[in-house]
Amino acid sequence: MSPRNTSPDILVIGGGNAALCAAITARETGASVLILEAAPKPYRGGNSRHTRNFRCMHEGPLGVLTGRYSEDEFFDDLIKVTKGKTDETLARMTIGRSEENYAWMASHGVHFQPSLSGTLSLSRTNAFFLGGGKALVNAYYRRAAALGIEVAYEAKVTHVETDGKRVSSVDAEIGEQRVTYTPRAVVVASGGFQANLDWLADAWGPAARNFLIRGTPYNRGVVLKDLLDQDIQSVGDPTQCHAVAIDGRAPKFDGGIVTRLDCVPFSIVVNKNGDRFYDEGEDVWPKRYAIWGRLVAAQPDQVGYAIIDAKSIDKFMPSVFPPVQADTIEGLSQQLGLAGDSLRKTVDAFNAACRPGEFHPTELDGLATEGLTPPKTNWARPITEAPFYGYELRPGVTFTYLGLRVDQTAQVQGPEKPVENLWAAGEIMAGSILGQGYLAGFGMTIGTVFGRIAGQEASAYAS
Amino acid sequence: MQAELIDEARRQIEICNACRYCEGFCSVFPSIHADRAFSDGDITHLANLCHNCRGCYYACQYTAPHQFDLNLPAALAEVRQKSWSDYAWPQPFARLFERNGVVVATCLALATALLFWIAQALRPVSGEGFYAYLSHGVMVSIFAPAFLFPLIAMGVSIRRYWADTVGRPVTFAALKQATKDIAAMKNLSGGHGEGCNFEDEDRYSHARRFAHQLTLWGFLLCFASTSSGTVLHYGFGLEAPYAFFSLPKLLGVPGGLMLCAGTAWLARLKLQADPELGAKAAWGGEMAFVALLFAVSATGLLLYSATGSALVSWLLPLHLGTVLALFLLIPYSKMAHGFYRTAALIGDSVRRC
Repeated sequence: MSPRNTSPDILVIGGGNAALCAAITARETGASVLILEAAPKPYRGGNSRHTRNFRCMHEGPLGVLTGRYSEDEFFDDLIKVTKGKTDETLARMTIGRSEENYAWMASHGVHFQPSLSGTLSLSRTNAFFLGGGKALVNAYYRRAAALGIEVAYEAKVTHVETDGKRVSSVDAEIGEQRVTYTPRAVVVASGGFQANLDWLADAWGPAARNFLIRGTPYNRGVVLKDLLDQDIQSVGDPTQCHAVAIDGRAPKFDGGIVTRLDCVPFSIVVNKNGDRFYDEGEDVWPKRYAIWGRLVAAQPDQVGYAIIDAKSIDKFMPSVFPPVQADTIEGLSQQLGLAGDSLRKTVDAFNAACRPGEFHPTELDGLATEGLTPPKTNWARPITEAPFYGYELRPGVTFTYLGLRVDQTAQVQGPEKPVENLWAAGEIMAGSILGQGYLAGFGMTIGTVFGRIAGQEASAYAS
Repeated sequence: MQAELIDEARRQIEICNACRYCEGFCSVFPSIHADRAFSDGDITHLANLCHNCRGCYYACQYTAPHQFDLNLPAALAEVRQKSWSDYAWPQPFARLFERNGVVVATCLALATALLFWIAQALRPVSGEGFYAYLSHGVMVSIFAPAFLFPLIAMGVSIRRYWADTVGRPVTFAALKQATKDIAAMKNLSGGHGEGCNFEDEDRYSHARRFAHQLTLWGFLLCFASTSSGTVLHYGFGLEAPYAFFSLPKLLGVPGGLMLCAGTAWLARLKLQADPELGAKAAWGGEMAFVALLFAVSATGLLLYSATGSALVSWLLPLHLGTVLALFLLIPYSKMAHGFYRTAALIGDSVRRC
């Protein structure tokens, strides 16, 4: 590892979308910039490498975005998912600035594509990245290199020294080497702590050790914890994480998009005792997948099993692992390792409660069970046609809510006043705006808007 | 077809189908996303549709060291390479695909050049230009079969390929679409129009697309030049040599220059590109093919510039030798890709109707 400038104007901690937006913006206004990315090069980009779009307001058709998506509609959507847990000023500013970022992203090498097959519902609200988030990250690293931004990979920041008013130095380990940096300003964009299972278990309980982490294993919250320990102000519920139900056979980390399972609305979901525990047909899947993470997390061993029959196997997006398959319910039950004849009884009770009616897979069809607890209120068709299929479900954590409090200039708030030379962007401050729930593509919007603000502000301070 | 190659490609394609991030790069992904299950024929079709632009590889969140270990350009290249060998006719010659291309190309070029050297022993008593060295009759008796045989062989191969991958009649609309895609090499445009990733990791560039089109259009111009000569000869009784301002020369000289430049550029790009993202065993054969195409055009241009000098007696057999080698190797070398890719592009349109 070649010696680097240990006193850059701006030190950016993190290597994902927000970090890169900050670094590029700062460099373009003349500052010298060094990026410390904890991951090795093939895994650079944090959770941004798993993303696929960003949510963007627009007054008329904009690039690949169709129709109009106004600030108010965007804000209403945010209120629905967060149940009001948001900072309205910051949220409206983020939404308002999203539109100008479309052009900025395109001019910095990001390519967009029309919404993907199977995601038509997002064509008006979300601009998809051609090739996904890793292609976006690659484009930004290319731009960063062209601008003369230095990047250190496998550079783990261990400590940010602050007296609550000012950051004086930053300690990092780059491979075997320990380096102390004394930058003029610091942008921290190092994500949440969702890959830190110990911390998750402290916050959520021991069950969290059975959770799968959908994104990067490098978001361990080291810098976040270090700053919170120095009385920097926090936002967001420290005990909560955003978890969705994903394929239980997914890798522990980094499974990304392909591990999602969209079969729940057409299935019955049982726990390891073979019992149902929630209405699988409550609403369309995009509006329900997030609550299923928590539902499964509350079951014994944090596992569930979605059971469908031959009628439904082609009604949802294909996923990465083939389902467990059997010609009888008993055979399926045995292969899934469910207790005794419990699945048989649950399926029989469910089938008996199904009523005739029109089945419409793409809309709420009101095809509901009668006299069953819990009920299934839509898409309830008896599970009768062999072969039968089963998918194991587990909670997959996407991000955590706890973060650093920032103001409109992305400046981090110390115990009494803003920290003079510290700004934050991306997941590490997103809890200010997303206090609960999630809105598809909004993480990238927050990262881009706050990354650019942080870069600008830090650069202005450093000069 | 080796089952492991197909199975590995299928494993990767099923992961792609669950992800879909690469939908806009090229024709392969929309074709994947239209299906849930993939037969061996489907995999072979996708493999031949892939232009190895590598956009999907560099954008992929699941490449090694990730445990999913995706390398779709390489997986499809392996299937593609094997499919050409499997469909080759007659089969004993298919082994040529698997041997070192450099050796094959060099041997054949030298052998045929030598053959012509001998043929000169039968030098005609009269004749103008080239025909002063080799009579028209001798040329035709060698090149007519050498041209027709590869066409017949390719015809047999493509017929079998089509039956396995599409199996439906060609439509006019599909032909039109495929012609447009080939003329502009749309599938190397990256979908966003900034080109593909080939010679410099994830940087988009048109280098490979332009080099390929220089080669393709150069080749077609040379072919048109020869064809126009044939028409002038038999149709109008106008025999070679032709003046500079004649159809064969006006087509052939720019064509030769383009072919020279295009192949040299392609070879350079191939040296810069990561061999891990293609069919590694085929690298030598592909390079040999590019070199052979370069030799065809370079000797052709040299021959033209040497008109009237004693060098013609050397350059003529050398040039004709490379041409003969090229023709004979069409069904058993990288040259086959043009036929399979065309069939795949037409087939893709037909499959989507």
